[in-house]
Amino acid sequence: MDSAVSEAPLFTPRQRGPQDKPDESVQAWQLDHTRAPIATKIVVAGGFGVGKTTFVSSVSEIDPLQTEALMTQASEETDDLTATPDKVTTTVAMDFGRLTLDDDLVLYVFGTPGQQRFWFMWDDLVRGAIGAVVLADTRRLADCFAALDYFESCGLPYIVAVNHFEGTPGFDEDDVREALSVAPHVPLVIMDARKRITVVESLLALVGHALAVSPE
Amino acid sequence: MTSAAEPVRKLPVRGAARKAARVRPYSLTGGRTRFGHVLLVETFVAALDAPEERRELTNGNLASRVMPELHAIVELCRRMRTVAEISALLKMPLGVVRVLLSDLADQGKIRVYGTGHGTGQPDRALLERVLNGLRRL
Repeated sequence: MDSAVSEAPLFTPRQRGPQDKPDESVQAWQLDHTRAPIATKIVVAGGFGVGKTTFVSSVSEIDPLQTEALMTQASEETDDLTATPDKVTTTVAMDFGRLTLDDDLVLYVFGTPGQQRFWFMWDDLVRGAIGAVVLADTRRLADCFAALDYFESCGLPYIVAVNHFEGTPGFDEDDVREALSVAPHVPLVIMDARKRITVVESLLALVGHALAVSPE
Repeated sequence: MTSAAEPVRKLPVRGAARKAARVRPYSLTGGRTRFGHVLLVETFVAALDAPEERRELTNGNLASRVMPELHAIVELCRRMRTVAEISALLKMPLGVVRVLLSDLADQGKIRVYGTGHGTGQPDRALLERVLNGLRRL
């Protein structure tokens, strides 16, 4: 557990996890109860295994945390509650990291499951978000279609970040853009989720785009 | 429980597989608490109580009166936390944390600070600040 100030720990942590490490970098705003910083967030979406967790880890100032939501409703297409009652409690995990951008400004980056049946989570996540980074893998491009559809339908600014996996054929940006049929003004970046600099560039591209489409 | 020879015949028990059996029989609408706080994943909250309570945690007095989950949240909120952080650190589903936080806010145990920019999309000035912050990284 995290010891808030400087007391000796009262408990032995029950299990080890990233949050049991002492946080070496407590930010001043975490201890100031007179005001809270401004909290902003960016959503990272994409298919399974596309690198969302890596993306979040590369840029976060804390060890990424994982939060869970219970899926309490059956999704229409696949789940039949009468036959499989255990489906009621499917757990959906979401990774997130944090970036302190200023003494009163914090950015959270949420990696979220890209499957269509988890849209109920996205509705909550996209409220108040700056926008979304849709991570794509050219070997499984179709995995990000649902995310693109979703962000287009709700009007959230998004960019496409092609996470280029080593040893996979590089595709021309225009070809990927055409395959995804994203509007010409939507930025598309080729990046490597393991490299912090390219992750930061992706975030910059998104925020720049959000600014460009934001009403004056 | 003995292992059922004919598991097919066993009737499903409502809620048997639920981890979150302590959820109150009401739910929040749109992440809003009774008193109108909005609890988004990035909403900041912090405890309002004095930290002396911490001692009681070890001798069990408090645990017998207060739901341990509520107490754990208040303890965690000695430091400024977001809803998502509380969920992650206490390994409780987001929906459960929202309901408990809503209770705690209504009881005056925690303060909901919000996001600092409402629940809509950030305005241009804020986007500029985020952009500048990212450039400085």
